[in-house]
Amino acid sequence: MADTTASITAGTLSAAEKDAAGIWGFSRAQLIALGIMVTFLVVSPFVLYPVFLMKLLCFALFACAFNLLIGYVGLLSFGHAAYFGMGGYLAGHAAKVWGLTPELAIIVGGATAAGLGAVAGWIAIRRQGIYFAMITLALAQMVYFFCVQAPFTGGEDGIQAIPRGNLFGLIPLDRDITMYWMVAAVFLGGFLLIHRIIHSPYGQVLKSIRENQPRAVSLGYRTDDYKLLAFILSATLAGVAGATKSLVFGIATLTDVHWSMSGEVVLMTLVGGLGTVFGPVIGAGIIVAMQNYLAEMGAWVTVIQGIIFVICVMAFRRGVVGEVAALLKVKL
Amino acid sequence: MAIQRRDLIAAGAGATALGGLPWRARAQTPTIRVGVINDMSGPYRDSGGPASVVMTQQAVQDFGNRGFNVEVLQADHQNKPDVGANIARQWFDQGVDAVVDLPTSSVALAVNQIAREKNKVHLNSGAGTSDLTGSQCSPNTVHWTYDTYMLAKSTGAAVVKTGGDNWFFITADYAFGHALERDTSNFVKAAGGKVAGAVRYPFPATTDFSAFLLQAQASRANVIGLANASTDTVNCIKGAREFGLQRTMKIAALLMSNIDVKALGLESAQGLLLSESFYWDMNDRTRALTERVRAKNQDRPPAMTPAGCYGAVLHYLKAVADMGVAAAKASGVEAVNRMKAMPTDDDAFGPGMIRPDGRKIHPAYLFEVKAPGESRNPWDLYKLAATTPGEEAFRPLAEGGCAFLRS
Amino acid sequence: MDDIFGIPAPLLFGQLLLGLINGAFYAMLSLGLAVIFGLLNIVNLAHGAQFMMGAFAAWMLLAWGGIGYWWALLLAPIIVAVTGVILEKLFISRLYKLDHLYGLLLTFGLALIIEGIFRNEFGSSGLPYRIPPELSGAWDLGFMFLPIYRGWVVIAALVLCLATWLIIEKTRLGAYLRAATENAALVQAFGVNVPRMVTLTYGFGVALAAAAGVLAAPIYSVNPQMGSNLIIVVFAVVVIGGMGSILGSILTGFTLGVVEGLTKVFWPEASATVIFVIMAIVLVARPAGLFGRA
Repeated sequence: MADTTASITAGTLSAAEKDAAGIWGFSRAQLIALGIMVTFLVVSPFVLYPVFLMKLLCFALFACAFNLLIGYVGLLSFGHAAYFGMGGYLAGHAAKVWGLTPELAIIVGGATAAGLGAVAGWIAIRRQGIYFAMITLALAQMVYFFCVQAPFTGGEDGIQAIPRGNLFGLIPLDRDITMYWMVAAVFLGGFLLIHRIIHSPYGQVLKSIRENQPRAVSLGYRTDDYKLLAFILSATLAGVAGATKSLVFGIATLTDVHWSMSGEVVLMTLVGGLGTVFGPVIGAGIIVAMQNYLAEMGAWVTVIQGIIFVICVMAFRRGVVGEVAALLKVKL
Repeated sequence: MAIQRRDLIAAGAGATALGGLPWRARAQTPTIRVGVINDMSGPYRDSGGPASVVMTQQAVQDFGNRGFNVEVLQADHQNKPDVGANIARQWFDQGVDAVVDLPTSSVALAVNQIAREKNKVHLNSGAGTSDLTGSQCSPNTVHWTYDTYMLAKSTGAAVVKTGGDNWFFITADYAFGHALERDTSNFVKAAGGKVAGAVRYPFPATTDFSAFLLQAQASRANVIGLANASTDTVNCIKGAREFGLQRTMKIAALLMSNIDVKALGLESAQGLLLSESFYWDMNDRTRALTERVRAKNQDRPPAMTPAGCYGAVLHYLKAVADMGVAAAKASGVEAVNRMKAMPTDDDAFGPGMIRPDGRKIHPAYLFEVKAPGESRNPWDLYKLAATTPGEEAFRPLAEGGCAFLRS
Repeated sequence: MDDIFGIPAPLLFGQLLLGLINGAFYAMLSLGLAVIFGLLNIVNLAHGAQFMMGAFAAWMLLAWGGIGYWWALLLAPIIVAVTGVILEKLFISRLYKLDHLYGLLLTFGLALIIEGIFRNEFGSSGLPYRIPPELSGAWDLGFMFLPIYRGWVVIAALVLCLATWLIIEKTRLGAYLRAATENAALVQAFGVNVPRMVTLTYGFGVALAAAAGVLAAPIYSVNPQMGSNLIIVVFAVVVIGGMGSILGSILTGFTLGVVEGLTKVFWPEASATVIFVIMAIVLVARPAGLFGRA
């Protein structure tokens, strides 16, 4: 990870960041990229299949949430599927059984993930590196077990036929294009929120913890509290992403809580570029598109995925966005 | 977002003549698109997978040219309901008229919803759950090959008849396993037997079954019912042989195909009782069908699930020809209704019919696996032990509780 | 008949013994992982695939070469180790200076490729492999029937594990290995070819996995996904034992096999989860694992 992180020491953080900051903490290059992204969000549903785009955006938000933790706090969680999947289950349950409107269902999903993240984070943040990853994995496996056993999740079948409902009780979301606008709004809101967090004074402290935790401690920061809050935020947004996804597809299943989903989000972030603002979005796009098109390759899917893993690790560890940024000598 | 046309087949014209190239005349000739969705990369690959695609294409070829093209697509659902539902939704939105195969009950139930919502056709061959024609039945669905009720009745009742009246189940802890255990328990009790116990193991995270086999032995039951599938079943039987369970207990593998028998080897599998609705060496028609596809199917005879794809697709195409392509494309319900109105007949299953709830009716066969000495060729695996006629093999219409029939 | 916690005593003893047998596989696999992690600092997620390759190599030797179980037990690990050495030279050796994450992702990718290729070549339903005639049959232990082959698995695993432990802890070669993990440059300066030693160590770890695969071939279905179910459990075993601790991984492997076996009696549905519960508790209480040095 070390090669992807800018080497800014804790003391000079805010000054250096102020120089680079443009509007809302975006640099000029980032503003251009943001413009391209928003344009894509607006134009794409008229060109591409909206359901595919919605899936892409849900995973992009999930990857951004994950990136908040690994890219800016340096913590590799190997259990993020638990928050993504539980968010999906609870939102599905809320919409189907309790009959809540979609925005409330998503809030329920996010809140569930936040609660779960608070417990898991409280246990996990005491450890670092591979041990942190292993604790998060272990806790996620327990969540998985709970989901297999609990009656409300529907076991192997999952929660099916989740209604999309009416937004605010008014706007029916049955048409894919209407649903798309809501998903795009959720994604963009989450994306900007993460960006805002990173560039707030709180975000600066996080980065200083990533760079040099003992030093942050010696400066008087209660680093554990900072890390825990970051963990909860990341889990919450992952839950929101999962909740949105379950509404889009009308189904919440064990796939989303399984550890391979935790691995998938690592892959997305890595392919796009760890610790870059746009990397997770691009990474999610590449992986989701690949799965979509490769589904018809049948048995070769796993082989091709494996080859992409290998190429990424061997040839461009900074990820697509990281490499492009390095090429253009800008921060993205 | 266009779906790649891996297999573009014009009925009658032959696949090779067209290849993957765009063909202008297609604009004038209407096209029916059939998508095979199944497990191409996981544990159920061998019991369906590419073979189901081969058999679907064979159905198209045997159907011949009746004035419209048929295009066959394929995709891998990885046994995940959300992946399967996603593929089906996208295909339906982009002009696919029918999806076929759909093994893994959870995926089948998810796709069942989508097909109904989009008013397309769901031809199920690979999934076991009898809910497809029961509590979750749909006017857009035909459940062709087998279901948990059929397996339970054919195997369960037969084993009780041979003296196996005290059962212990080893059950995969998911929907299909539970359904199989439930249905079989009912038949065992109805036939005067009893259930001594059951153990539910985590699926798919279990590789060693000896602990459960020992519990089965300790229960003093005289039958082990294996409510699982594929490699789990194979591992259970291997373990049972190893621990000498067959001396005191019978093994009832409730879902087992000739592919699993092959994986186990006749040495270990001999004497097992199992139920299928298709076996390649049943009669002249099944043998002729096997000869037609064998070369395309890695020199193997088709298993039950791919054969079901063949029968279902062939009958669907006949219904399309009968009602006209435009009408069939317009409404999945109408296409399925037409399928139900016409008697079925194909080389794999012989004559039969489709019940109003979507259940395909044909006989269920109970087979006994041959001893190595009895087998005359590598795929000569079974001898027929009993036949349950179609009217009795499946759950009676009234007991299914299918909702749309009442309205 | 005596009951313990409502379970007949013979059944309980039987389950303990079975747990020990499964533990033997965990021990062998986690030992290989620990050796590789200890020296190469690589989390080898391809280990499950290499276990599977061992079983397939045994099958191929028999089906294509007519070579039986005993020779396969020797040859299959060597063959698979050679493929491991090639992978190490081509890919893994370039990652030693980077974060663990990259090694983990690379080997995960390699595992996907290997499993996918085997699946395309041999299908997913598995291939039969018979128990060698010398080891077929069973002993009547009074409380249970113990197939001779399962007894052999425990003995073979114990011998292999102890031999590995002795080599690493008690021989000169082992001393070089341990020294190289502490300070590779210094050992290199003493004239030891460290890169080659590292490569061979990877090969050795892989050979252990393959040997476990050959041992597993007669009792489990030989299929491409046989390793992927195990790898994450085995990985948890290594973490609980203490990453890189040789003795820790052996003892933890056997112990967790027994714990899992007991869970299968009392709460079978949870038997796949219990190891992760233990892992979470251990990591909270003793972050370096039961036998690791912090």
